[in-house]
Amino acid sequence: MSNRLRALYLGLATITTLVTPAFAVDLTVSCRCVEGGANSNDAIFIKTKLIPAFTEKMKAEGKEVNVTLNEFGGTDEQYTQQLALDFSTGAGSDVSGFDGFLVPSFVEGGLLKPLEEVAGPEVNSWEGWSHISDGIKALLSYQGKPYGIAKGTDVRMIFTRKDLLEKAGLPADWQPANWAEILDAARKLKASGVEFPLQLNAGVAMGEATTMQGYWMALLGTGEQVTDENGKFIVSSQGILDTLNLYKTIYVDEGLGDQRAQLLADGRNQSFANFRDGKTALLVEGDYFWRSVTRPDAEFGLANRDEVVGWAKMPAQEPGKGLRGQDFVTISGGTGFVLNPATKNPAEAWALLAYMNSVEMLDEFQKIQPAIRARDDVAIPNSEFLTTTSQTLLPLTTARPNDANYNKVSAEIQRMTESVVSGELSPEDAMAQYKASVIAIIGEDNTVSKL
Amino acid sequence: MKQFSLLSRRVAALFLTPGAILVGLFILLPFFWVIFVSFTNRTLLGRTALNPEFVGLQNYVRLFDPATFFTRGQFGSSLIITTEFVLLSALVGQALLGLLLAWLMQAIRPGLKRFVEAMVIGAWILPEVVIGFAWFAFLDYDNGTLNMILRGLGLPPGDFLLQQPFWVIVIFNTWRGAAFSMMLFNSAFASIPPSYFQAADVAGASSWQKFRDIALPLIRGHVVTDLILITMWTFNVFTPFLLTHGGPAYRTELLSIYNYRVAFRDFEFGKGAAVGVIIMLINLVLALIYLSIGRRKSKAEKEAAT
Amino acid sequence: MSGGAFLSRIGFSVLAALLGVLFALPLIWFIFAPFNARAEMGLALPDPWTLSNFVTVFQNAFAVRALFNSLIQSVGGVILIGAAATLAAYALSRSTIPGKSAVTYVLLLFSSVVSGSAAMVPIFLIISAMGLIDTQLAVILVFAGGLLPTAMFILRDFIDGIPKSYEESAMVAGASPLQAFFDVALPVIRPGIVVIVVWAFVNIWGSFLIPFILLRSSEQMPASVAIYSFYSEAGTPIVTLLAAYALIYSLPVVLLYLFVSWRFGFRFFGGIKA
Repeated sequence: MSNRLRALYLGLATITTLVTPAFAVDLTVSCRCVEGGANSNDAIFIKTKLIPAFTEKMKAEGKEVNVTLNEFGGTDEQYTQQLALDFSTGAGSDVSGFDGFLVPSFVEGGLLKPLEEVAGPEVNSWEGWSHISDGIKALLSYQGKPYGIAKGTDVRMIFTRKDLLEKAGLPADWQPANWAEILDAARKLKASGVEFPLQLNAGVAMGEATTMQGYWMALLGTGEQVTDENGKFIVSSQGILDTLNLYKTIYVDEGLGDQRAQLLADGRNQSFANFRDGKTALLVEGDYFWRSVTRPDAEFGLANRDEVVGWAKMPAQEPGKGLRGQDFVTISGGTGFVLNPATKNPAEAWALLAYMNSVEMLDEFQKIQPAIRARDDVAIPNSEFLTTTSQTLLPLTTARPNDANYNKVSAEIQRMTESVVSGELSPEDAMAQYKASVIAIIGEDNTVSKL
Repeated sequence: MKQFSLLSRRVAALFLTPGAILVGLFILLPFFWVIFVSFTNRTLLGRTALNPEFVGLQNYVRLFDPATFFTRGQFGSSLIITTEFVLLSALVGQALLGLLLAWLMQAIRPGLKRFVEAMVIGAWILPEVVIGFAWFAFLDYDNGTLNMILRGLGLPPGDFLLQQPFWVIVIFNTWRGAAFSMMLFNSAFASIPPSYFQAADVAGASSWQKFRDIALPLIRGHVVTDLILITMWTFNVFTPFLLTHGGPAYRTELLSIYNYRVAFRDFEFGKGAAVGVIIMLINLVLALIYLSIGRRKSKAEKEAAT
Repeated sequence: MSGGAFLSRIGFSVLAALLGVLFALPLIWFIFAPFNARAEMGLALPDPWTLSNFVTVFQNAFAVRALFNSLIQSVGGVILIGAAATLAAYALSRSTIPGKSAVTYVLLLFSSVVSGSAAMVPIFLIISAMGLIDTQLAVILVFAGGLLPTAMFILRDFIDGIPKSYEESAMVAGASPLQAFFDVALPVIRPGIVVIVVWAFVNIWGSFLIPFILLRSSEQMPASVAIYSFYSEAGTPIVTLLAAYALIYSLPVVLLYLFVSWRFGFRFFGGIKA
């Protein structure tokens, strides 16, 4: 063979060997989930179903991928801190678990980019969008653009220990009509030996869980939200005062709740343990408490969950006094997964994200943990709890304001509840401090005082 | 003797270069940058991450705003907590304990002396994460060693980390740092000629009298040095974070922990920088006092020598 | 000895022993827990004494890598500090650069003013701008910068105490100043360098805040941050792993301290104050 040809062959051979390794792609996924710990099912789904299936799928398309899951076991606040620091320094996983209420502040800080900017316009032609309602799509969107895909939405209610209710002489299908009836039931439970009958999340340690499952659930019952109809944050009102007084009654005046758990760093876990051990009989939480936390084989699970755990709608302060004149209230959030704008493999990362939300993968997820999924072409599981709760509560729900200042105000709300629950400040003083702090943070123009 | 320098100017400059770069980059530059950032409203999230604005003294004004100054979790409260912490755990705790230990060391058998010194110094040299966790386990409400002992003695157990968190960190820091004062006073006592004490023994003086009339006046300079040093160190200490995370309810949020939270939890870099500048100013005052005392002492020693 | 003095001596011994025991109390747990396969937060005698916890540590890739990272940071840091401080201290001591004592004092002032907790924001921003976030190099550099003034001060003091005649006689014999430095001065300075190296190593090995701020991915974390995340970010802490890991992590520091106190006498650390 002539030298020329030999050189050509050599050149071609070199080029092919140099090019082929480029197809092996490393992807990372992260979420606040630990197999055997918090949100265990998410971890199990990703590790045992999603990753193997996705790797196979990519291989069939001639690409080699290595996907690893970063399991984060800390609190939500620590996870948020990690996300912010990672994204701002170009680090972080390609696909990251994300809570919808963080989207505005991340976007305005330049830490998140719209999906189509990260992975290209083909994102918009994904088949899944036509099966996801606008409301759910909006959970991880800001100003009309999606930044990730939401897993679904959730609702909040009072979870009850039916066995303890009966022991206290209350009906197993107890449904309070106003706040006074909740307190009354708690007193009866306490008299029958339940140590901390009522749990309404409070304090800084529980983070957003305080604001969502505790504060909002009470505030909505007074007819108010955290912002008014013009989007201004309400910093002083009768609704806030009534909510704080409710906290005071539960934790300071009558000892109906576990005051210590609100101050401990892992207080939320403590509240779950209390419910499991029968020290708490009424716990205001999200439906993930049923799906994930109390499952018989989970860390805080109950072996006979289906018999002893019931639920009741959260009533307004008085019938008709709730948001929009409702008798009962609830609030919904939404978490999902976003694409890291600094990802080195946008096409593959998007493929993973889209595949995670495909019909076949969501069906697999249903087998691990039945839930109402974001897509309408995924079968609703045969779970009475899920169907009844979503049918009853979704029509009553509302959502947090899509505002970049929300998380800072939420932190002040948590501090406000903590100062009341620890007995340090009276509700009036706590609200006054809340007003001063929020005005200092977001400016008086963005606030409104009703009192 | 020929008077020539051992290093030419050029070589000396070369020798100084690596050090100069490091110090310039990681001490001098941060010093100026933190002052600069403190005049902006830079954050990590939100609009002001991409477009920080120059806001003048607004961060400082907000920190000292009377409406929120004494609120738990705000700057003023943190400043007060830190001051009380320094007074109690350094000036009272570590210095007095160190003094007591050093004095005791003079009077006991060498074997016992070595044991006590080993324990005290062990507390000081072990890495901070290890002792943070050791105390965390020690104070655990359900199973911790302290509560085990209390129950064993028939006393009620205590939820110390939640009920008396401030005293916990005070005692913790005293425990942690007493070794330095002890060793400093040890060498100070060792420098007193033994004949002084022998004369006092002959005169029948008690230990307390020897301490008060002989030792204390002679080591006065050392006492002052020690106090300033441990004040500076305690003022900047971050270790209690590993024990209480600044909580519960911000009751143990020292300035260093407050700075960390503002900068890396709330992501308000401008405000965090302002706090940093204030910490630096206080450090500056303390350091100047220390250096001027050092200067005065060496000047006095020089004069005494002539 | 008179009766009164004897009693007071016993009283002192009792008091000293009591204080010693009080100081030891929080650490007693560490004698038992690492060797107890069922260790919990409480104090319990292991039954049986076992080394299985240590095996668990070494099987945990994250934990082992963290130890290596601590080693990299500490060794890298002391090499940099040792070299830079020695050179700079020698120059400050032996040269006629104007204003050298002022420079030393000013640097010392700056280094105590710009402490870790005050400078966290600008250091994060500077390292970020240099693109060094999440690298070991960042930690090494920041520590080198931070510890350098004190190291220089100590070494300069040390070198000042060495008579210039050493190098001068070498130069009279025909050596160049550089040769005089490397062959004559350096060996004499070596004990001082050893002290600096040990002190810097202990500081970097044990540090928590700087790596906590500057490092992001778990592969880069040193042991101090790893231990912290084991008991605060992992849900319920695995006490057995923690106890054994903490013991391993403390070992180098204790050994170094014993080495220094054996070599240089017990009081040396008392003499190292800025």
